[in-house]
Amino acid sequence: MSPLAKLFEAALFASSRPLTVEELRTLEPTAGEAAVHAALAELRDAFAAADHGVELVEIAQGWQFLTRREYAEAIERAQFALRPRRLSPAALETLAIIAYRQPVGRLEVDEIRGVDSGAVIDKLTERGLVEVVTRGEGLGRPLLYGTTPQFLEILGLKDLDELPRLEELSVALRPPAPAEPE
Amino acid sequence: MTTPTPVAPVSNGFVIELEQFSGPLDLLLHLIHEDELDITDLPIAKIADQFLAVINDLGLNEAADYLEMAARLLRIKAQMLLPRRLGDDEWEDPRAELVRRLLEYQQIRELVEWLGQAAARRAEQLGRGFRPEPPAAPPAPLVIELNDLLAAAERVIALIPEPVLHRVVPRPLDVEGASARLQALLAERAEFGWLDVVGARPTIVDVLSVFIALLELAKRGSLSVHQAGAFTPMQIRRESPREAV
Repeated sequence: MSPLAKLFEAALFASSRPLTVEELRTLEPTAGEAAVHAALAELRDAFAAADHGVELVEIAQGWQFLTRREYAEAIERAQFALRPRRLSPAALETLAIIAYRQPVGRLEVDEIRGVDSGAVIDKLTERGLVEVVTRGEGLGRPLLYGTTPQFLEILGLKDLDELPRLEELSVALRPPAPAEPE
Repeated sequence: MTTPTPVAPVSNGFVIELEQFSGPLDLLLHLIHEDELDITDLPIAKIADQFLAVINDLGLNEAADYLEMAARLLRIKAQMLLPRRLGDDEWEDPRAELVRRLLEYQQIRELVEWLGQAAARRAEQLGRGFRPEPPAAPPAPLVIELNDLLAAAERVIALIPEPVLHRVVPRPLDVEGASARLQALLAERAEFGWLDVVGARPTIVDVLSVFIALLELAKRGSLSVHQAGAFTPMQIRRESPREAV
């Protein structure tokens, strides 16, 4: 492996969150962007080729070493690591609205959901999944919310462009899916 | 006018809990899907009756959001009954706004499914260590009026069934016992409330013993004490003892 790839390996190993390309570049400021990307690809391919238990994943506008999926169950059984808490349907609804309408205020979220969403937004803010990004123009200059990099991280997305496009959804009414949540 | 056709969820073998619906739009979509109705040409009288029957059965008829939707449905139902002239171009379908909202909400539900699957898939892969929750904003500085403090003290004392102020209490404070009880609870649970330690009807000796034991254990770093705000119940959390610096 190239020295740059090994340097990145060390940094990514030490980090518990995804590191962005900009952050990785601060390790070796003389390296050009193309060289950084090449080193990351080299590192990812090296781990894939050598058949390891972890893999280098592009996620949340950065890169992170993650355990391979096939070990999830064993690790969970052994309880080495805490799994993140699952998000409630109300939380996911609110996240979906904020992700697609950002920057968006509480009133608009309430209106689309048909219920008061203040408490849910507060919880999502506390978990660092959404944040106030700006203030609106209207009465009282309402706080407007947007998603954070952590939102991308818990969904395993590289960036917001990976969310499905609205045109791709089947807006037409379908019969309920057989696997409805109980 | 159609006669109401109440649905009986129980006889349908379909039991709903409040948590199952994230709001009135969700419930409405559920009813529409169940009867395989055309969302763009809603039989409003039928759906309004069903909606009313269900929220009545679920005891949701006191939840404001559901009531508001019920009122909206009834208003649309009434508007649909108003006579209109043939070929009236001005006529606006009173259901249009509701249909638009339902379609929009349906889109959100599809996204929810997508997001849920993405999150479940992501959860199959673990990163290094576990990230503690991002720190909450520091609590606002405590501002207490003397009267509030006295009132709080009175509330604590009022918890004690019979004030035994006129008698000398022969029992000394049992800090060791309280300390042992706290440690047993700490071993069992990572977090518990003040009331779990002192019980429902503590004597003043209990309250004081536990409080002193709590302070002592907090000083040693085996637990931390949290309070969401002034006069709210204390939460006790297990801490690993601090490493020597």
